[in-house]
Amino acid sequence: MEFFKKLITAIRGGSRELGEAVLDTQGIRIYEQEIEDAKEAIKKAESDLTGVMAKNMQAGREIERLEKEVASYESKALSALDQDNEALAGEVAEKIAELEVELETQRIAKDKFSAHVDSVKEMIKQTHAKIREHEREISMVKTTDNVHKAAKSINQHIDGGSSKMVAAKESLERIKHRQQDDSDRMVASESLNDELSGESLENKLKAAGIGDESDRKKQVLERLKAKRKGNEN
Amino acid sequence: MNNLLEKLERVLGMSDTGSLNGLEYEFNPIPGEVEVVQVAFKDREELPIYLTQSESQMLCICYLWDDEEVISDKRAEMLEVMLDMNIPMPLSSFGRIGSRYTIFGALSLESSAESIARELTVLSDNALDAIDAMSEYLN
Repeated sequence: MEFFKKLITAIRGGSRELGEAVLDTQGIRIYEQEIEDAKEAIKKAESDLTGVMAKNMQAGREIERLEKEVASYESKALSALDQDNEALAGEVAEKIAELEVELETQRIAKDKFSAHVDSVKEMIKQTHAKIREHEREISMVKTTDNVHKAAKSINQHIDGGSSKMVAAKESLERIKHRQQDDSDRMVASESLNDELSGESLENKLKAAGIGDESDRKKQVLERLKAKRKGNEN
Repeated sequence: MNNLLEKLERVLGMSDTGSLNGLEYEFNPIPGEVEVVQVAFKDREELPIYLTQSESQMLCICYLWDDEEVISDKRAEMLEVMLDMNIPMPLSSFGRIGSRYTIFGALSLESSAESIARELTVLSDNALDAIDAMSEYLN
């Protein structure tokens, strides 16, 4: 949010070196280094996370094993009590107590591993967000600066006369005029093509003895024949 | 960063002149601190497109009009219409660089030849339509 405001202030102020107005070159380098460091930290955290998660799983399996063992000894202790063998039941109870201490140690360790996993995951998430934010900010600064420099080149190019900046409406009129010319030329060329192809069709018809001329010949011949017939009568 | 002109030639598979979606074009590099390539379409030379690229994107920019050309008491209305048009206008957006209003499109640096070709031709069509549609706000 703060960054957007800085950028707006720099643009509104017409700063010549926008990138430097928001973050100087040294600042950008420091920022980029921070991003690199954060990426390295994430890599390390992800590798640590794998180790902690493995320990967490091991502790989980150990707890399961101990719980089964406790259950098994409890059932054995009950059998001893059923046989009124108090001494044996006492020994088993002692074993159970030892196992329960071990179980408690494993449970505490597992809770610690779980908490560690959660905090590393949260740290990775936050670092990713920070990297994304920094990268977007740097990209904005660099793009703004790049556009500013590009605009400078374009303006010099236009003002230098290599490419004239004409008023928009005038440009549009010229383009439309040229497009109308093209379109007129196309219509003219099409009608010329029609005429030319029409003529050649006429020629083909003549060659085949079809059309006005052959009809006229036929009519004259018929007329002459009729005339001679009339004279003979 | 890849050389922009080389990239255009490689991606579009063409030299500095040719045809894109039926429009004849001419590429022309512009000297300066950053790389800028001017693309002029035949019969639309007054409205060339300028290509430049930063680390994160490729920008295609077409200058429309200068602030001086805007009818001053219609300026606020024009700006609102431009904002309203920004979303429906295909692939392009309105912007401003200094005192010059622009229409531009941003592309990923990994854009395909088809995307670049479409961006350039659609931007040119949009520029013509935009000036036509906004001419009532211009002197």
